[in-house]
Amino acid sequence: MSTSSVSKGCFVFKPSSKKRKTRSLGETCVNGRESSERRFKLCEDLWNKIKAETEVLQEELNKKILDSLLDFAKKCSTTRQHCDWASKMRANEIPTAALVLGVNVPDHDMTFQSLFDLLKHSVTPHVVSVQAKECGVLKHLLKRVLEGLMDVAVDDDDEEEMEQNPRSVHCSLSTLSDWYTAKTKKSSSATPGKKRNVQDEDEHHHHHQTPPVVIIFKDLEGFNPRVLQDFISICSRYIDRLPLMFIFGIATSPSTVQHMLPHSVSSLLCIELFQSLSCTQHLATVIDKLILTAQFPFKLNGKVMQVLISIFLYHDFSVRNFIKGLQLALLEHFHSQPLSILCCKKKEALLNVTLLSGRDLETVRQLPSFIRFVEKQEAGEQVKLMTDDDHLKEACQKLIKDLRKYHKSYYPVLRCLHTLTSLLPRYPLGKQIRELHLICLEKNVWENEDYQSAMNIVNQFKSTVVEHRVENHCSKGGVCVFFPAAVPETVQEEPESVTSPIRNLQQQKKTDLFQLQKTLLEMNESRRSKKKSPFELLRNEVVEFIDGLVTCHLPPPESQTLYEVCYYSSSATVRRHLNATPRTSIQTALSSPCFYLQSLKNEDGTVSNSAPDICIAYKLHLECGRLINLYDWLEAYATVVSAAEGQDPDCDTFGKVDDVKHARFIRSVSELEFLGFIKSTRQKTDHVARLTWGGC
Amino acid sequence: MTGVLHHPGYADEKLQRVEQLIPCRELQAGMLVSLMGQPQHYSYPSIFIYGHRASGKSHVLHILMKELELPHAAVSCVECVSAALLYERVLTSFFGRSAASFLPRSPSLSEFVRLYRHQRSQSPAEQTRYIVMEKAELLRDADANLLPALLRLQELVDDNITVILLSEIVWEKFRPNTGCFEPLLLHFPDYSKGELQQILSTDSHPSYSAELYSSYINILLGVFYSVCRDLRELRHLAALNFNKFCEPLTEGKVKETETHKLWRNIEPHLKKAMQTVYIREVSSLQWEQMQQTEDEGGALRGLSAHTHVELPYYSKFLLIAAYLASYNPARTDKRFFVKHHGKIRKTNFLKKNEKTSNHLLGPKPFALDRLLAIFYSVVDSRVAPTASIFSQISSLVTLQLLTQISHTDQLDAPKYKCSISLDFISAVSRTVNFDIVKYLYDFL
Repeated sequence: MSTSSVSKGCFVFKPSSKKRKTRSLGETCVNGRESSERRFKLCEDLWNKIKAETEVLQEELNKKILDSLLDFAKKCSTTRQHCDWASKMRANEIPTAALVLGVNVPDHDMTFQSLFDLLKHSVTPHVVSVQAKECGVLKHLLKRVLEGLMDVAVDDDDEEEMEQNPRSVHCSLSTLSDWYTAKTKKSSSATPGKKRNVQDEDEHHHHHQTPPVVIIFKDLEGFNPRVLQDFISICSRYIDRLPLMFIFGIATSPSTVQHMLPHSVSSLLCIELFQSLSCTQHLATVIDKLILTAQFPFKLNGKVMQVLISIFLYHDFSVRNFIKGLQLALLEHFHSQPLSILCCKKKEALLNVTLLSGRDLETVRQLPSFIRFVEKQEAGEQVKLMTDDDHLKEACQKLIKDLRKYHKSYYPVLRCLHTLTSLLPRYPLGKQIRELHLICLEKNVWENEDYQSAMNIVNQFKSTVVEHRVENHCSKGGVCVFFPAAVPETVQEEPESVTSPIRNLQQQKKTDLFQLQKTLLEMNESRRSKKKSPFELLRNEVVEFIDGLVTCHLPPPESQTLYEVCYYSSSATVRRHLNATPRTSIQTALSSPCFYLQSLKNEDGTVSNSAPDICIAYKLHLECGRLINLYDWLEAYATVVSAAEGQDPDCDTFGKVDDVKHARFIRSVSELEFLGFIKSTRQKTDHVARLTWGGC
Repeated sequence: MTGVLHHPGYADEKLQRVEQLIPCRELQAGMLVSLMGQPQHYSYPSIFIYGHRASGKSHVLHILMKELELPHAAVSCVECVSAALLYERVLTSFFGRSAASFLPRSPSLSEFVRLYRHQRSQSPAEQTRYIVMEKAELLRDADANLLPALLRLQELVDDNITVILLSEIVWEKFRPNTGCFEPLLLHFPDYSKGELQQILSTDSHPSYSAELYSSYINILLGVFYSVCRDLRELRHLAALNFNKFCEPLTEGKVKETETHKLWRNIEPHLKKAMQTVYIREVSSLQWEQMQQTEDEGGALRGLSAHTHVELPYYSKFLLIAAYLASYNPARTDKRFFVKHHGKIRKTNFLKKNEKTSNHLLGPKPFALDRLLAIFYSVVDSRVAPTASIFSQISSLVTLQLLTQISHTDQLDAPKYKCSISLDFISAVSRTVNFDIVKYLYDFL
């Protein structure tokens, strides 16, 4: 779901009318098919919401750097028209923006696309972006640029079919320059056709006379330095007629420019550096907005989260892949878990509970978390829960509400705890909030050693330290809440439910903090001699309070009844899909072909003899040492195959090598060689060397 | 004596105008004019002019052609990605656009000559036509027959035409194996300091007196002449720093005549400029902004200051493994990566050619297997050989941190080289707490 709005902000997406229709139909019993359709719908809606959120997020994150780039482009086009001495002396430089985007090149596409659109929309109609793989030689680069800008087929001596095209033009920059002159002359002489805002018209007036020609090099590292040098020196010859501007997309570091271009070429450029947000910060924001929020009912459990984060940190640094992983988990969850029908907004979930079929209810009864819940109930209640469907539905509704309540308080408390612990030296509970989140998902955080040591450190805080921290937070004015400030009030007010005090906290923070600071100071100075100063008392109270909060609200989700509804837990599936292991797959396929070929499966689970030839050869080669005698191998192979064909073991021809078997053997051996399991060796002529050891 | 330039074929006032426009190159221009002879006379078929960057070759030719109104075609060889473009340019500028349209696709040299002859018969040359080719050194990479043909084009097309080649390289490096027609050689020497001063002083700021600008140029040359004699660079530097030079004047602190005070004011800035702007560490725009903000902190970092590259965890180890594979001899792997290797002393381990530092010799190619073997032994945890490990190798290649030696078509046992510096790899290994120096054979 996307919006046509240019401004950023939250957008409300009303559920489409179809859903309401199904809801009214819902009195009837929902059969399996209907339920899966409904789940698919839920899944789709949820994904659309997440996607919309990520798009808004990306836009916001990129906004700063894109805005500064746009300013740069506008500034370049205006200074060109100034006629003062200094800019005239500098006129032969090509303005260039070096945009450093981080090492994950595929992730840049989105940034470049929005940059392209923005430039087209607000600076100049003449924008073209080129990729290294399309531009191996200078001619191709020129061709891409010309085609992109002029929107015509460009003559390229190699291709025959274009010969008939009368509109094709010669592939040189002078063509482009002529075209540009014609274009600008036309647009300045013609009266503006479209009626725009008067203000807008004025503002853009001089841009529109000679709008710059922007060429975006998406991946600078990939370009052949020779091609780039030539292209730049050609461009500099036309700079007086053609207001060119370059944008270099750099994946590694800006010094690449110096490595690629000699001084004679780089002196033709006027390079300005733009550094984008680092991808780890990007990920932190994404996790903050998508994962650490009660907004979306779908959650990942600790292991899945760990898999996704480690793929990001260890392998690709790609935020896009992280979101794809989230999508995969979402799809898998709704596909595999029939109770995911309850994984939606509260109202809908409560309604869906009433629509649960008998089979679904049976599934509920078998959920481990539900069994635990039942065991804690009284005997009469237990029987009721296990037999009475309506009663179970009511209980489910209550449990779903509880789960929502848990989520609502979990995230704010998590943030509070993180704010507190992230101030501590050496970050006992992790520097990033996601680390703390992972710890909390894993088990009871208050039993964690690091947690206890962190609390001890907090207990030893000097008042000055606290003041300092409090001050810091005040000056930042961020969302983070430092507890001491409002704790006295909250303790007295309402220690039970935390969600509301936290909200209060955020509102009261400003004033209270200063007052508290003052009182703290006064208290300290007047009664320093006392054994336990009021500050220490207060501090202990605070720590106890936080401890209480944590034990009350941060138990791992596994402890919650019906958590299976919202949490996706199959980390193995996610890993298998996102982080493929080709060698393991090949070995699995060879050692147990029935894993992939269902038809080979026997009742008793053993591999049938009718496995493909290569599997038999592979199995036999596993029994050999470093060097394999080909003839022995062939003999063994023939025996196995004969048995597979059901020949009588006492028969004369049993295990004899005939032409067909020989050919099949040779083929499977060469296939194994192709896959890299064996290779021919010079040590012994009729032997091959085995290359892999161990494994599955 | 009105000037150095004098020739019966051209009007004196034209020649005088030329002379004003090309300061310090009168001698060379005079030589050229006398070589060209009278307009209607045949001239020498080809002239080869060489001289360093920014020694006025193109400028002199351009002015001569323009002011004397000679029929000419100016072509830059960089731009002519194919010979067809060159032919087209030449035909267009001599006979108009329609002539060029007769050129077939990917024309050969003989087709060009035929077409030229055909056009010439319709509009024969009344005066010498000139083809001026800049950056002629690129002609050496073009078809083998192009350069020899251009040198005797006059003969081939049977027309009054002269080809002038401009290059930064001496003629000896051009001469093809098969021999060719020898052009007339003409050298443009570098400008002397005095000449540079004279030329630079010509583009003075309109709101200040010419004397002031000239004294400014004098100061500028005093700082930069020892490191840079490129006219273009000097002009660029002069333009960038002039505002700073004038600052005390606009503030009214100093009068135009007090050159010493002005010198004291500008000199440190020029020194700073030498370190940053001259080597394009900082772009001219940024330099100007920096001057406006008046050096607060002076924290504007140049391009080369940003060398830090953020990489995924395993990519870092792959890079470390690649570096080790590139700079350690393969025989020493056992010593570094096998636990009980026994003591191998460096002295009896050495082969003759290994005595020199591997870092001086540069990176050596290594096979993928070796890279992975080292990778698995340096990375501290068990890593599954997943597809993303392999894709990281190829993305390191696209980032140009590794270079693939073997052809990309070769799927079997590809070979790589590590193309990063020791500084870079030490920075990377520091972030993962890996002591790379301990594993390098050179530092044993």
